[in-house]
Amino acid sequence: MTSRVPPSSAESPEAPSAPTRSSSENPARALADYVLGLGDDALVAAQRMGEWIAKAPQIEEDVALGNIALDLLGQARSLLTYAGSLLDPPRSEDDLAYLREAGDFRCVHLVERPGGDFGVAVARLLILSAYHCELYAALSASRDGTLAGIAAKAVKEVDYHRDHATLWTLRLGDGTNESHTRMQAALAAEWPYVEELFDGSHLDPALVQRGVAVDPATLRTAFYRRVSQVVDQATLVLPGTVPAEGGGRCGRHTEHLESLLADLQGLTRAHPGATW
Amino acid sequence: MYGNDFASPSDAPSASPEPVEPGLEDFWRIVGEDGRIEPRDAMPEDYRSSLVRQIAQHAHSEIIGMQPEGEWISRAPSLRRKAILMAKVQDEAGHGLYLYAAAETLGVDRAELLDMLHTGRQKYSSIFNYPTLTWADIGTIGWLVDGAAIVNQVPLCRCSYGPYARAMVRVCKEESFHQRQGFEALYTLSHGTPQQHEMAQDAVDRWWWPSLMMFGPHDSGPHATAGHTAKSMAWGVKRFSNDDLRQRFVDMTVPQAEALGLTLPDPDLRWNESRGHYDFGEIDFNELFEVIKGNGPCNAERMANRRRAHEEGAWVREAATAYAEKTAARRTAGAA
Repeated sequence: MTSRVPPSSAESPEAPSAPTRSSSENPARALADYVLGLGDDALVAAQRMGEWIAKAPQIEEDVALGNIALDLLGQARSLLTYAGSLLDPPRSEDDLAYLREAGDFRCVHLVERPGGDFGVAVARLLILSAYHCELYAALSASRDGTLAGIAAKAVKEVDYHRDHATLWTLRLGDGTNESHTRMQAALAAEWPYVEELFDGSHLDPALVQRGVAVDPATLRTAFYRRVSQVVDQATLVLPGTVPAEGGGRCGRHTEHLESLLADLQGLTRAHPGATW
Repeated sequence: MYGNDFASPSDAPSASPEPVEPGLEDFWRIVGEDGRIEPRDAMPEDYRSSLVRQIAQHAHSEIIGMQPEGEWISRAPSLRRKAILMAKVQDEAGHGLYLYAAAETLGVDRAELLDMLHTGRQKYSSIFNYPTLTWADIGTIGWLVDGAAIVNQVPLCRCSYGPYARAMVRVCKEESFHQRQGFEALYTLSHGTPQQHEMAQDAVDRWWWPSLMMFGPHDSGPHATAGHTAKSMAWGVKRFSNDDLRQRFVDMTVPQAEALGLTLPDPDLRWNESRGHYDFGEIDFNELFEVIKGNGPCNAERMANRRRAHEEGAWVREAATAYAEKTAARRTAGAA
């Protein structure tokens, strides 16, 4: 086994610093920050989903969750490649995935949260995919052609993710007493992390005005309508929990991101400059 | 990947000439004409039970085989390699599904077969009881283990049992992709930094002999009646002996190792002009039999992980069954 090198000692290219409101003076940088947020959500969610492969409740789910993880990873690669091309100097997808510190990631807390049982995985996927469906549908009309293209491909994928999460929410919610209890507990555990998805306070308003980015707040109504239908049908109730603090888009993360990145980045950082 | 179809000497049945039982004339005619036996055709009971054992063992190997590589998905050193590895492990789950489905055509069900795996009554390939210590093991498994699997499996595409043969056609296409990806990953390491080259050589040193063992014990020459080989050949399931397949693998692999810039850990490995094949050293079959008996480096861990996934998923499968019953009952009530 190669030894792990602490992130600070790796020879990394200069990581993009935290976004600021003044980024509207630098439109490429503002767009890069926005795309990084989307790419980091997909990357970290893919990493978590990948943990299920070879551990799922049945083989069909190893295949399905593997497929979802691959879709998310593919979205992450497109988004990070695009974000990296907007930076000065440009960064590759691997520079961004492997050589940034946790504080430079822009993902939401929902995707960072650790394992849990299959109900938790389903609850998280239901939330993420319902958000992704609205997001990518809106973003496929972006004035930025690259972003619109990535979103148009992704929207077909996340529609399948939502379908898969919906079917499992129904089975678990309306299955046995045990599965109902577990699914309700999973929803309660993940629900505080929903609101952060719709927080656009980090976003440069000029990007929204120019029709490049989507203000996430505009996705909230459709998201809640869709998810509450599924939750109702599954004989579950929407939890009335207080939203968690959030802050992922500004680089304030849960403690779980650091350990996820140690695992993801360790080998690459132990061999600075190597190609794989 | 592949499950080796052989047993340790203590539980190997002896081959016996097959008398043609009444009602099996068509079976022997079809086998003799190199045709395909289909699920509804009459077949000897030991043909059926032997195929169930072989196909199930093959399916179990695909499922257990997800573990050693799955360990590296989270740590893959580039996003491209991560995507390739995820897709590969996912393919293995898919192979498991085709194979369990093929076994089910012989009158068993998947739950029963999984139970046999979890209770140790059926086996999986010994190769998956070795650890994946570094990233180079991932490329090496693709190159050597999938390479050996292809040599074993290509003849199975012509095996006499139709559903197994057809499953193998698809499996082989995907395995061949995995083998090329493994070779390419290993080539990159071998031609990378000195540390990467060393990592690649170390992995090849560890996986070479276990890969040769994947073909099973000797079953040709003085060992011609060992294990399942003779019967399996008479039935048109097995086409070549373990030793012939192993030789084919060695002959194919030596030039590939040269192209990789890596050496194979066998001082006796050399081209034999008169045979037209590579000679190679003696395989330590005691190691193989120990691993099959459960004494390999990772047997306990692989089985514990497999059982844990199954047990932790029980409530999910029960919920799916309960929901399916409820929705069927509602549909019936709605139609009434």
